[in-house]
Amino acid sequence: MSNQRKRPNGEREEDDEEDDAEGIGQWERAYVDDRSWEALQEDESGLLRPIDTSAIYHAQYRRRLRMLSAAAAGTRIQKGLIRYLYIVIDFSRAAAETDFRPSRMAIMAKHVEAFIREFFDQNPLSQIGLVSIKNGIAHTLTDLGGSPESHIQALMGKLEAAGDSSLQNALELVHEHLNQIPSYGHREVLILYSALSTSDPGDIMETIQKCKKSRLRCSVIGLSAEMFICKHLCQETGGLYSVAVDEVHLKDLLLEHAPPPPAIAEFAISNLIKMGFPQRAAEGSMAICSCHKEVKIGAGYTCPRCKARVCELPTECTICGLTLVSSPHLARSYHHLFPIAPFDEVPTLSSSNDPRRKLGKSCFGCQQSLLGAGNKPGPCVTCRKCKHYFCLDCDIYIHESLHNCPGCESTHRPKSVSLLEE
Amino acid sequence: MASVASKLYSDDVSLLVLLLDTNPLFWDTTSTTFSQFLSHVLAFLNAVLGLNQLNQVVVIATGYSSCDYVYDSSLTSNVSSESRGARMPALFGSLLEKLEDFIGRDAELAEGDEHVDRIASSLLSGSLSMALCYIQRVFRSGHLHPQPRILCLQGSPDGPEQYVAVMNSIFSAQRLMVPIDSCYIGTQNSAFLQQASYITGGVHHAPKQLDGLFQFLTTIFATDLHTRGFVQLPKPVGVDFRASCFCHKKTIDMGYVCSVCLSIFCEHHKKCSTCGSVFGQSKLDAANASSSVNDRKRRAPDS
Repeated sequence: MSNQRKRPNGEREEDDEEDDAEGIGQWERAYVDDRSWEALQEDESGLLRPIDTSAIYHAQYRRRLRMLSAAAAGTRIQKGLIRYLYIVIDFSRAAAETDFRPSRMAIMAKHVEAFIREFFDQNPLSQIGLVSIKNGIAHTLTDLGGSPESHIQALMGKLEAAGDSSLQNALELVHEHLNQIPSYGHREVLILYSALSTSDPGDIMETIQKCKKSRLRCSVIGLSAEMFICKHLCQETGGLYSVAVDEVHLKDLLLEHAPPPPAIAEFAISNLIKMGFPQRAAEGSMAICSCHKEVKIGAGYTCPRCKARVCELPTECTICGLTLVSSPHLARSYHHLFPIAPFDEVPTLSSSNDPRRKLGKSCFGCQQSLLGAGNKPGPCVTCRKCKHYFCLDCDIYIHESLHNCPGCESTHRPKSVSLLEE
Repeated sequence: MASVASKLYSDDVSLLVLLLDTNPLFWDTTSTTFSQFLSHVLAFLNAVLGLNQLNQVVVIATGYSSCDYVYDSSLTSNVSSESRGARMPALFGSLLEKLEDFIGRDAELAEGDEHVDRIASSLLSGSLSMALCYIQRVFRSGHLHPQPRILCLQGSPDGPEQYVAVMNSIFSAQRLMVPIDSCYIGTQNSAFLQQASYITGGVHHAPKQLDGLFQFLTTIFATDLHTRGFVQLPKPVGVDFRASCFCHKKTIDMGYVCSVCLSIFCEHHKKCSTCGSVFGQSKLDAANASSSVNDRKRRAPDS
């Protein structure tokens, strides 16, 4: 079908005719399957608006939630909260392919930057390191560290693709680095693989067994096609293997790795970690900060053990090595430990003795009317504990971002129920 | 029509969500009565609505055992029939009615509890969550919307059982870039509100005299987000971010954190009281040890 289609603007694409035997210009390839103009509608005043995809989006969200809660039901699965993650990016010649516009390399860098920020947002106590594969050799771009800016700068500085890719070299390098971390940390590797082959100096199966023995959880996101060796690696080590079909899908797959994965119980040894909770330095006080080695006035934190000044939290004190955090950093991870149950869908009955009529016709969270077209009850959800009704958008917002049910929080409970039993 | 609307929605249009503390246990202890306080607040709301024709105000009452919306300036049912054309709601009649109903219902719900040994905290986490859901709805409505912010008028002390829920709301507000201002009118310091304002970039103030409340409200909290760059507002000083240990609830400088559940302890323990993990031992070893003991126990009755 696409071969025979006449180009509407014959004049403009004359230069591309020689490049492409099929008669489609480079720019048209994007629209062969994706006819986004068909998704537009006009509203009453003639302004354009996209098709209402909220019901589809909500169904997708609920499917994902059901999958997650089914996995977590029964056993109280622990999550690995203190993570040491290495991101391995393949900069072999396959990364210069332009099937992702402008090139796989640029898209990978852009999404990895967004992933790094999201990762530190959700896991403030964890650390990331970057490794790149170029010309068959794996290089460490950055060591394990907790500051997003240094990683992003190092990544954006060197965007060039060349040579072969070597999975074994990358795994060996990462294995060496991750052997040095404390035993309570969860060791993870995320590989962004664009090549379709790997040229290794030895037996990669041995390396995979070595990683499995060291409790390294390797996940791979492929950008070209599914490969057996990647699948085998992920199956052996307990990670996730997925292949991205387009840019949006790649972003979704990457961001799936941001929340803490369910911790496999044998993997990490639980330990009490000594941490310091520094106070903010007084306004106008002068000190030499230990991270930049310059005199700074005012804002900063004082290590409680050695009284050195640090600029930002969370960090490790450069003088005495104490991990310094503030209580909000720990609190960011509490919602993983006290998750809220998914809401139940309310079947849309149109009978007059609909119990919802008694409870009111608006969403408890945002006061939006729950009636659909023609004053019939529209789709909504309800919380099992407090029995309040919520609209679909509040349901998504509550479960993805807020992690509090407004109805349960607005109901007074007797003092005997402690915080931890919620 | 669309271009006129975009000109009107300039950067200083604001949506103010006011969280009003109606906790009777707090208001019983103050010298200012609730109705005097309310007159300051209503004058402040009028001032905010008068600053810009498109400003919106939503009031959520934070009670002792429940929270509810009591006023929304964008609903047309508020405008009384006498004031034709003007958007100024006449004397907030509907707000006062709904507030009275709310306080009555709240008192009924609280009757079941024992009166002895109650920490007089109100449900701040509930009203913060509702405010954020409302603001999320405003964001969904398209590009033309006022800039939202939250103002907490709180007098009750912090309830430690709400810590996780309040922190969740604060982080969600930070991601949505919604500042949480707080005006604390109680006697002790409120660590929750100080942290909330610091993390989200809002303003925190604790006025000492309640009879000058209207002046504090209009000079500090009435400015919209764009204008705040040009105005000197109280800076955050001495926000205490130290954690309190789970065993004694005292604030500590250095402590031990369980790597599994992140609970904070002030001294070294063998076992975590929250998640039950034994320190220095992986869960597999612990499970093996306990299952071998169970096997022995099971075999004993048979033999």
